Amino acid sequence: MAKVLVVDDEPNIVLSLEFLMQQAGFEVVTAEDGESALTRVAAATPDLVLLDISLPDISGFDVLERLRAMPALTRLPIIMLTAHGREVEREKGLALGADDYITKPFSTQALVDKVKALLDESAA
Amino acid sequence: MDSELSVIVAAFGYLALLFVIAAWADRRARQGRSVIASPFVYTLSIAVYCTAWTFYGSVGRAADAGPSFLLIYLGPTLAMLSGPLIIRKMVRIARAQRITSIADFISARYGKSSRLGALVALVALIGITPYIALQLKAITLSHAVLMHHPVAPSGVTSAASFLSDKSFWVALVLAVFIMLFGTRHLDASERHEGMVAAIAVESLVKLVAFLVVGLFTVFMLFDGPADLFARAAAQPQLQHALGLSAVPGGALGWIGTLLLAFLAFLTLPRQFQVLVVENVDERHLLRASWLFPLYLLIINLMVIPIALAGLLLSGTGSDPDSFVLTLPLSAGQEGLSLFVFIGGLSAATGMVIVETIALSTMVSNQLVMPVLLRATSLSRRLRGDLSGWLLGIRRIAIALILLLGYLYHALIGDAYSLVTIGLVSFAAVSQFAPALLLGLYWRGACGLGAGLGILVGIAVWSYTLLLPGFAQSGWLPMSFVEQGLYHLSWLRPYALFGLDDLDIYSHSLLWSLMANIGVLVGVSLFTHQNRLEQTQAALFTGALTEGIDTAPLWQGQTTRGALRDLLKRYLGSTATSRVLAEANATDNITSIEASVATTDGENAAAMDASASPQLIARAEQALAGALGSASARVLINSVVRGEALDMQAVLRILDSTSQTLEYNRRLEQKSRELARIGEELRGANERLRELDRLKDEFVAMVSHELRTPLTSIRAFAEILRDSQDMPEDKRAQFLEVVVLESQRLSRLIEEILDLARLESGRLTLHPKPLDLVALTRQSLAAVQHPIEERGVHLEAIIDLDEAQVVGDPDRLEQVIINLIDNAAKFAADQAPRVLLRLERHRGHIRLSVEDNGPGIAADERERVFEKFHQLAQQSPASGHTRGRPRGSGLGLPISRGIVSQLGGRLWVEDADTLDGASLIMELPDAPREMQAS
Repeated sequence: MAKVLVVDDEPNIVLSLEFLMQQAGFEVVTAEDGESALTRVAAATPDLVLLDISLPDISGFDVLERLRAMPALTRLPIIMLTAHGREVEREKGLALGADDYITKPFSTQALVDKVKALLDESAA
Repeated sequence: MDSELSVIVAAFGYLALLFVIAAWADRRARQGRSVIASPFVYTLSIAVYCTAWTFYGSVGRAADAGPSFLLIYLGPTLAMLSGPLIIRKMVRIARAQRITSIADFISARYGKSSRLGALVALVALIGITPYIALQLKAITLSHAVLMHHPVAPSGVTSAASFLSDKSFWVALVLAVFIMLFGTRHLDASERHEGMVAAIAVESLVKLVAFLVVGLFTVFMLFDGPADLFARAAAQPQLQHALGLSAVPGGALGWIGTLLLAFLAFLTLPRQFQVLVVENVDERHLLRASWLFPLYLLIINLMVIPIALAGLLLSGTGSDPDSFVLTLPLSAGQEGLSLFVFIGGLSAATGMVIVETIALSTMVSNQLVMPVLLRATSLSRRLRGDLSGWLLGIRRIAIALILLLGYLYHALIGDAYSLVTIGLVSFAAVSQFAPALLLGLYWRGACGLGAGLGILVGIAVWSYTLLLPGFAQSGWLPMSFVEQGLYHLSWLRPYALFGLDDLDIYSHSLLWSLMANIGVLVGVSLFTHQNRLEQTQAALFTGALTEGIDTAPLWQGQTTRGALRDLLKRYLGSTATSRVLAEANATDNITSIEASVATTDGENAAAMDASASPQLIARAEQALAGALGSASARVLINSVVRGEALDMQAVLRILDSTSQTLEYNRRLEQKSRELARIGEELRGANERLRELDRLKDEFVAMVSHELRTPLTSIRAFAEILRDSQDMPEDKRAQFLEVVVLESQRLSRLIEEILDLARLESGRLTLHPKPLDLVALTRQSLAAVQHPIEERGVHLEAIIDLDEAQVVGDPDRLEQVIINLIDNAAKFAADQAPRVLLRLERHRGHIRLSVEDNGPGIAADERERVFEKFHQLAQQSPASGHTRGRPRGSGLGLPISRGIVSQLGGRLWVEDADTLDGASLIMELPDAPREMQAS
């Protein structure tokens, strides 16, 4: 069973994502800030990461950058899931190696489809 | 003395000696070894001021009018002491512009006006003629005294035929003599060096002669000065005659005479000639400024002893003007008498020579040449070399001037004493002083004003001095003098407008100068100067300023050939070659051209080359030196095509005129203003840009904040929609989340709107007097339950019974709740505590809310009041409780906005009682009359 790491500091959003992913058949791990996200990736070895940008300690961009810097994780699917909707931010996220950039509020169906597609792709 | 022959031989021998000296000095000058390049020679030449009038007349005046004769010498002393200022300026201008006479100077100052130059020349001619007559009279008189002593000479001029009149022959001899050494050359760059040298010798001779006769009187006729004064003191009427009380016109007369002598010293044509035109080195002026007064002091030292001795020994029958001669004659000293006669002759001839040369220059340059140049038909007939003509004109002028002098002497002269004639001339030439001196210092003085001023001044002079003189000679009825014109007593010439307590000279000077200056200033104030006049005025007034010492340059086009022909025509070939060679040397013109010029140019190509502005200027200078500036200008104009003056140069000079200065000042001011406005605009633009950036940021942050609750709402709404078979408790939980997040969204929108209203100043508060104690208790009651439900211990210490403030109760409650809520959020995880305290502090009502959280670092304390600034909340490791809602980051900024609008303050400090932060609000007491009952 694929494992999804949800990184967000907004409890209700984490709650909704947790429910959605579980319903789609994935195991869910959560993190409320950047540092714990990094430790969870190391400890729980998720198959995909849903990453927020506005985190209490370090920004989601920093987390993304540090994850991509690890050789083993260059191919780990990472979806930025954020309320920052400006085009510059989207470009920045993609440039740093995000596989997708989804702005909040999002369509639950589209998100689930995207996660599935990326997991299939990485499994192939 | 009975040998007429020996007197004539001595006189002619003396003149011949002068001629030899002059010729020698001229030759030395041509060899480049000038004998006059010395301050001593310069000083002695200035001493041409001391004429026969000084030599004979001073003693006469001392005998008549006491020490007032000294004033005639104090005036020049003052003028010389001020020489480094006034005269130096004139010298520098005259050098730069090749000025030839005072008429030329005044004409040049006022735009090279030929009319003004002619007027000055004419007035000088009229005013000076009596003075020349005076010298002729002195020579004839002294000769008669020498011949006929002890018989007093009388009726010298009454002879039927002028051929038997000795003064006619004197005039004739002098005319020939002056023509011989005054007009041998034309170019003024060759100064009259010979003349100056001769004059210097003459000054020496007259000084020595006067000293010798003085010493003879004091030590041979008396036993030294003590004896002389003791014997004079014994005669009371002598004491009276030499006392100050004998000065005519009293104290005012002193000032009048002093001023008269001062002005005349600067404006007499001969003084201008030696002081300014013949000056070879500006530095000589400094030395002369005390050497010349010394000369005057020495020559005047002997005046009073001779006058006293004359009065004591000669009795009343003798003419005081002749004491210097009669004293040695009476003592039988014929040799000494002859020496004194030669001394007097020196004084007289010196004056006549310089004055006549100066006048003849004026007559030819200012009166004759302009007329000749204007009469084109005449000038066409005069093709060819005109330099001979110029010399001829000057020679004729010399003869005519001396003839005029003789006629005046023969017809009117007897009516006056020596001194009187001299003072009449002084008063006449003083009329040039306003135009000359104001022109040197006041740029606005204009030519029309100068001309009219001189005309009016000379008219007043004529009426107050000249016409009364005619009346005394019997040409006009004496009633004119005694009763005034048309028997109007206020028009009496010696007491104009009833002013009758001045001597006639001071009286005339006062009225004529007042009229002269009044007209000059008045007309100048209402007249515009033309461009050349402005330029010249600027050059003259700024002559001592560095950088403005040259004449304006010509800008037009002409060929070197045309210039050469012009110069040759008026100066002759020799002078022309020299001028061109000099110009080449300074211009650095190629050697071929230079050699062409010096060999008098067969090379047509070189002569067709266009002349440089410097060469044109040099040519104009050379012509001005010979013909005067006005005529030179006309001539240059005749060969130069195009814009006459270099406009750049003119503008540079005019740049400093007051109008331009004013204009520049305004321009500068405007540009400074523009720069300032530009700076302000840049600043405003900068601020706008910053505001724009902040707005963008704000919009981005607002949208971010709004998206967050909306995300949860949409996510759960979709989940609820898509999952029909969800357990009931989950469904209820999710619905609760949707409701809470919707409320959060509404609250957020409210806050954003509040903030927007606060920032734009459109937040309307409804302030009224209220009791903050009651309001605080009310707020506590509202939050107590939800806060304690979150496990936070809330405590309040309220030490006041009531606290009257003015505020909007709803808004203040919002602030207090926000502060408590905020504190609860930041309180420690373990046993969170919040402490509210309401107290009076230094005249204010203070509400503080403390928490036991980590506190806020000093550099963060102001930032918590920034929009959307959110402090990192409790460390997530400690298990951040989900029940604690996140802030929007707008609560504190809004609270601060409300508090400050109510006249209070809101800030962060370290907590007093607990460990965390303390947010403190202070509000002022309500004014007593507004307090709620």
